[in-house]
Amino acid sequence: MTEIVLFGIFGTVAIAGALSVILARNPIYSALGLMSTMFSLAVFYIMHLGHFVAAIQIIVYTGAVMTLFLFVIMLIGVDRSEDTAEQLPNQRRIVVGLGLTIAITTVVLTVGQNFKWVTAPGSGPANWDANAEATNGTIQAIGRVLFGADGAERTAGWALPFEVVSLLLIVAAVGAIALAFFRPLRKVEINPTETD
Amino acid sequence: MAGPTPYMALAFILFVIGATGLLTRRNALIMFMSVELMLNSVNLTFVAAGRAIGNFTGQVSVFFVLVVAAAEVVIGLAIIVAVFQKRNSASVDELSEMKG
Repeated sequence: MTEIVLFGIFGTVAIAGALSVILARNPIYSALGLMSTMFSLAVFYIMHLGHFVAAIQIIVYTGAVMTLFLFVIMLIGVDRSEDTAEQLPNQRRIVVGLGLTIAITTVVLTVGQNFKWVTAPGSGPANWDANAEATNGTIQAIGRVLFGADGAERTAGWALPFEVVSLLLIVAAVGAIALAFFRPLRKVEINPTETD
Repeated sequence: MAGPTPYMALAFILFVIGATGLLTRRNALIMFMSVELMLNSVNLTFVAAGRAIGNFTGQVSVFFVLVVAAAEVVIGLAIIVAVFQKRNSASVDELSEMKG
């Protein structure tokens, strides 16, 4: 019962925030709507006992990423004069078709309870609450899975993807610094051609 | 609640809203936020499916998606700022230098 009430409240908040992302004229309102959606998803993660995931959702997404978004919005100015005239042919029809396709898919899967692909042995609605206890996502449990200390024998786990992802973060940091640092050089190259 | 179905439906709705925003809006920042929305909806399916299956793979996947999204936002916003300083606009329709 508690889960249904929470799902109703925060599901509504999530959808309202998502709609305000794409409907608001002011990018600040879009950013705040996206923040409320991310908060609602963090509530869902806690309902699934994903404590660690919920914590990094709030710290990284609503904390770091959205703050970065707000910085950039403030930096480049709140541009409200967006031209909504469509440049690409058939774009709106593609959007409507996509929406209808996924809406029909959703109805079929939801009404038919057709999620066969998650019915591994021991899964399914009957084990829903028991599985929440089995996947109690504390930092310790996530760390054991991530670095392969889960179970009797040690395996590689997710150690290699973890290292690759850290390489990706370094590349992103270097790329951002390069984009900010080498801009004066590029302006010198580009300016003569623009005056032609 | 009976299983992951309601969460899957909510994630579908959020994904469609994000895809619609990506295809219809012309402000590069809003398009980026729509991408973030789609990534978040997929994260919700990961966590719900992980609970339904009964192991931690879903939550670990969310961790990796989150890190990749953070890297993507850093580079993307740096590009948007660089483009804005050159063209004084964040609209993607005006970017046509690379057209052949």
